[in-house]
Amino acid sequence: MATKPSDLSEVDLIQQGAEARVYSGHFAGEPCIIKERFKKTYRHPTLEERLTQRRIQQEAKALLRCRKAGIAVPSVYFIDSTNNCIYLEKIEPSLTVREFIQQLPLPYSDEDNNKLYAIALKIGSVLASLHNTDTIHGDLTTSNMLLKFPHDAFELYLIDFGLSQVSQLHEDKGVDLYVLEKAFLSTHPKTEHVFEEILKSYQKNNKKAVEVLKKLDEVRLRGRKRVMVG
Amino acid sequence: MPTVIGFEGSANKLGIGIIRDGEVLANPRHTYITPPGQGFLPRDTAKHHQEHALDVLKQCMKEANLTPQDIDCVCYTKGPGMGAPLVSTAVVARTIAQLWGVPIIGVNHCIGHIEMGRLITKAENPVVLYVSGGNTQVIAYSQRRYRIFGETIDIAVGNCLDRFARILKLSNDPSPGYNIEQAAKKGNILIDLPYVVKGMDVSFSGILSYIEDVAHKKLKSGECTPEDLCFSLQETIFAMLVEITERAMAHCGSQEVLIVGGVGCNVRLQEMMGAMAKERNAKLFATDMRFCIDNGAMIAQAGWEMFTSGQTTPWDETWCTQRYRTDEVEVTWRD
Ligand SMILES: Nc1ncnc2c1ncn2[C@@H]1O[C@H](COP(=O)(O)OP(=O)(O)OP(=O)(O)O)[C@@H](O)[C@H]1O
Ligand SMILES: Nc1ncnc2c1ncn2[C@@H]1O[C@H](COP(=O)(O)OP(=O)(O)OP(=O)(O)O)[C@@H](O)[C@H]1O
Ligand SMILES: [Mg+2]
Ligand SMILES: [Mg+2]
Repeated sequence: MATKPSDLSEVDLIQQGAEARVYSGHFAGEPCIIKERFKKTYRHPTLEERLTQRRIQQEAKALLRCRKAGIAVPSVYFIDSTNNCIYLEKIEPSLTVREFIQQLPLPYSDEDNNKLYAIALKIGSVLASLHNTDTIHGDLTTSNMLLKFPHDAFELYLIDFGLSQVSQLHEDKGVDLYVLEKAFLSTHPKTEHVFEEILKSYQKNNKKAVEVLKKLDEVRLRGRKRVMVG
Repeated sequence: MPTVIGFEGSANKLGIGIIRDGEVLANPRHTYITPPGQGFLPRDTAKHHQEHALDVLKQCMKEANLTPQDIDCVCYTKGPGMGAPLVSTAVVARTIAQLWGVPIIGVNHCIGHIEMGRLITKAENPVVLYVSGGNTQVIAYSQRRYRIFGETIDIAVGNCLDRFARILKLSNDPSPGYNIEQAAKKGNILIDLPYVVKGMDVSFSGILSYIEDVAHKKLKSGECTPEDLCFSLQETIFAMLVEITERAMAHCGSQEVLIVGGVGCNVRLQEMMGAMAKERNAKLFATDMRFCIDNGAMIAQAGWEMFTSGQTTPWDETWCTQRYRTDEVEVTWRD
């Protein structure tokens, strides 16, 4: 079913995510990741075309913007708009934060908790910097964060910016954190204490943290208070 | 083999159903239908439920061909939902349980939808898209909870459909969503609507206000027909729903997807979800109006699971609550 990008023979499919097939290959001799946004047959063709083009652009733009601001993200090597592919620096050897957390057995030992806190600290500060530049990620999950080896150094990369946008609104930043909170806690049961640490670290490093966290509270409440009449 | 009766009345449907070990013995329902352009109000809805409770109960017992002695447990919807209709139905359930001298169980409505979907389709461990008038959630099971991975950050998808149907003055019989679905079949121009997806979450309030705004203008100028608007609305919001479901499936590594809730009987939504599933080599599970739309058997089924795993609700806790999150319930009947 999965056909490789047409002019690429030396590539390996490493994952079929929700939106894209992710291949590992080479670009100008460098190991790279090729992310191909394949056609979604369930979507109306007009809508499909519109979304795919927009998301490739958004992903490239946000990656450049982050790099300029010194936030760790892969470099963009090349954009192939005809085949809806984007070529990215391959972060390796690496592990998603999700994989990292899931390999720790429950209940967490003190040592594991310390590892989790260290990652939380890093996540909070990276997100704070991201929001300081008014970039909204749009799909924050632990699958969209890579830890580069060696893990003790905790080099954290953000990836997957297709749903990103530029916005100064506290509301948008609050929703960004809300999306992460739900993804985080539902994927990793019994990590409330870790998420707490992410928010603390965010608060220390973001200029508008008080307002953003207030919005986060509001958005959470909306989820709990939804009414069906009206 | 316990036989369980379930009472559902959290919104405008009053349903009473009986389940015995995975078999639906009866499942009648009576719907409060308002005139075109009007939604249902809590007070009138509660009155509807009170008026029809006994008839529906009689019909249920007759269809199942059972007498009160055959019933082992009474279940009712504890929440979430509209206060007055919930309470009016719970009162009936409490009375019946006391009359018949059997234990009572308060059931979470969302869990009812999920367990009914699992029972009917035999899906084992699916990612669940729960779409109705009051809820829009992407759910997956792990460690004794149905965990919410994604949901709407403002209004529910069914609420968006119902309010749009009111703008167009479509009939509410049998439901606004059904009539939008029929009209959409005749539409073919795709109007550009806001498409708002945030990770595994969605937002519909922007679409609703946008389409409210353009609807009148475009209809007046003859740029499009009401059918085109229904078509565009469905194509857009269902694409959003399928997208977040797919993201959750990729995230959880799941190969099964189950659609439950009233909007889940929409054939176009099922078709789109099916296409997505096929592309991922996954399997789609869905049901029809009998089991998607609020009904009594779904409350009986979730209650049956609770009852056979040893739970009952103490009398002093048989109240209702308008807010009751899916992930608040400890799932004692699954590993
Ligand atoms: N630059 C990179 N270096 C190393 N690995 C990467 C890189 N980009 C992506 N990956 C790997 O591929 C996976 C999917 O990538 P990405 O999240 O960008 O795709 P996606 O299809 O948008 O995913 P989804 O929509 O499911 O979140 C990542 O979780 C990661 O394991
Ligand atoms: N064929 C259809 N297509 C789209 N929407 C539909 C269809 N049939 C019903 N609906 C919608 O389903 C919703 C009703 O769903 P349901 O019966 O699950 O009850 P509910 O009262 O919304 O309950 P809750 O949110 O508590 O689960 C309404 O919004 C209705 O318009
Ligand atoms: Mg991703
Ligand atoms: Mg329902």
